[in-house]
Amino acid sequence: MPVSDWFRAREQRRYTVASPKTASADLPDGVWLKCAGCKHTVYRGDLEKNLNVCPHCGHHTELTAFERLLALADDGTFEETDATMTSTDPLRFTAAKPYAETLAAAREKTGLSEAVVTGRALVGGHPAVLGAMDFRFIGASMGSVVGEKVSRAFDRARDERRAVVFVTASGGARMQEGMISLMQMAKTAAAVRRFSDAGLPFVAVLGNPTYGGVTASFPVLADVILAEPGAMVGFAGPKLVEETTRQSLPKGFQTAESLVRHGFVDAVVPRTELAQTVARVLDYLCAQEVPEAAEGAACPVPRGEGS
Amino acid sequence: MAAVRHVMEFERPIVELERQLEDLKRLDVSAQPELAEEIARLESEIEMLKDALYSALTPWERVQVARHPERPKTQDYVAALFSEVVELRGDRAYGDDEAMFAGFGTLDGVRCVVIGHRKGKNTAENIRRNFGSPHPEGFRKARRAMLLAEKFGLPVVSFLDTAGAYPGIEAEERGQAWAIAECLETLAGLRTPVVVVGIGEGGSGGALAIGFGDRLIMLENAYYSVISPEMASLILFKDPQHAAETASALRLTAADLVELGIADEVVQEPRGGAHRDPALVLAAVEAAVSRALRDLLGVPRDELVTRRQARLAAIGAAFVRE
Ligand SMILES: [Zn+2]
Repeated sequence: MPVSDWFRAREQRRYTVASPKTASADLPDGVWLKCAGCKHTVYRGDLEKNLNVCPHCGHHTELTAFERLLALADDGTFEETDATMTSTDPLRFTAAKPYAETLAAAREKTGLSEAVVTGRALVGGHPAVLGAMDFRFIGASMGSVVGEKVSRAFDRARDERRAVVFVTASGGARMQEGMISLMQMAKTAAAVRRFSDAGLPFVAVLGNPTYGGVTASFPVLADVILAEPGAMVGFAGPKLVEETTRQSLPKGFQTAESLVRHGFVDAVVPRTELAQTVARVLDYLCAQEVPEAAEGAACPVPRGEGS
Repeated sequence: MAAVRHVMEFERPIVELERQLEDLKRLDVSAQPELAEEIARLESEIEMLKDALYSALTPWERVQVARHPERPKTQDYVAALFSEVVELRGDRAYGDDEAMFAGFGTLDGVRCVVIGHRKGKNTAENIRRNFGSPHPEGFRKARRAMLLAEKFGLPVVSFLDTAGAYPGIEAEERGQAWAIAECLETLAGLRTPVVVVGIGEGGSGGALAIGFGDRLIMLENAYYSVISPEMASLILFKDPQHAAETASALRLTAADLVELGIADEVVQEPRGGAHRDPALVLAAVEAAVSRALRDLLGVPRDELVTRRQARLAAIGAAFVRE
């Protein structure tokens, strides 16, 4: 994707644009934004510099896939792969409106070809394959293209001996591709299995929101699972759970913080510390080619015996 | 043929005619000679209507057949197809989920690990079995059984019949998504043959967790879908009344799945659905599973896994453009 497109996509982020009461009248529209967490008015430039984390309350606002990837990759190292892949609408799905139209509108709105962006990069100096989902694209639902790009990402990482770092945000499976979508859960899980069997590390970052067939496939199979503060993560959506059980949901239900308490996520990491934390984890997991000296230090082998 | 208690909505016109027929038959035929003719006419009309209706069920009608309360359940298949059954219980972490069956059984001389969603046959049993919708414990028990199968070189036979994984508070808190994903990863690399039979409902991730392998056999009226037609209708139309339309759009029938390259084989059901003649269906499924097992048992384990993964990798790959 050319940089100009990236900037265009960046401009189309969903914000609550505040009326600039406190700002001087000559500022252009959209310069002041209202934080959904604390309702403070925040200067857009400050918010963006802070990776869309509110400087007042730490609320994490949606990021595009490219923003997520560029924040994780070492400067200037990200190189996109499978950039032009699009779905051919395998079921020629029409209900309420044709899927082809939904796809075209999503491409138009985001400037992206599909709901996931993947590529090669260095993370803390470690060769990695990076992936991030873009919720603006049909809720970053997983259909044939997302499944194929995710699978290729793992296969490429395996072939090139790279780590995988993946940031999710998705409503689940792409219903307009029916069973093809459901099978992408198995397909991506199989790709993780092949990758994992090769002894390579996979770090997942669960972003807000991550649900359904995406949660229940590749991300939760990671070696280390991180999540963004306040991210909502689960299988069934909270509304469905509430309607099915007719119970009121416990406080903090399905939040990243509660997933740590229940033992399903390793850490909640603020976005501003994410790159550094992922790099630190990879420092440990990417050292599997143990140098002889280190091996000796960890587990001394008696010298001069038997040789 | 079994007497069927539950009548599906689309069958009502026929049931109404059958009632009229019964009324006629109760009249005195000797007093009215033209009555015999009338009865014969109505009987043949009903037969024609049944043929026409049941030979061209819509996807939404098939979903209703798949959900028919008297349809043979996993426990019926386990009892009919397998001998020397040993049930395995518990996930060794939290509890035993009665919505999921796991055990050993011998089919036509082949020792197998058997897993399957287990709906109840009446309200009390359904409550105990949570209407066949597993919690994470159910998936973890199934995964335990899969790993046993691999360790001891037994093939896996899996029966699908669930509306989906249970969307409950505790199910979420105990890692529903994690439990399902772990089943998928395990199945993807399991070094033993896996034969899957769709016998009723194949509801989304909860079905998929035990729902793919080396062979997928679908009953004619079983369905397998990424989302229920009602839920798809609610999301796409903001109204659950368009389920018939979304059922068609989702391509969820056995025939659709064969066409999409996801299912391998369709087992025909008697006219009106499997519940009309369970014995016939159980025998046909036994034959199909037995054939599949014999085919797969001869395949070297590595090749089996390679083939399974290649097949998964191909799903959807033909539908992307670069
Ligand atoms: Zn704030």
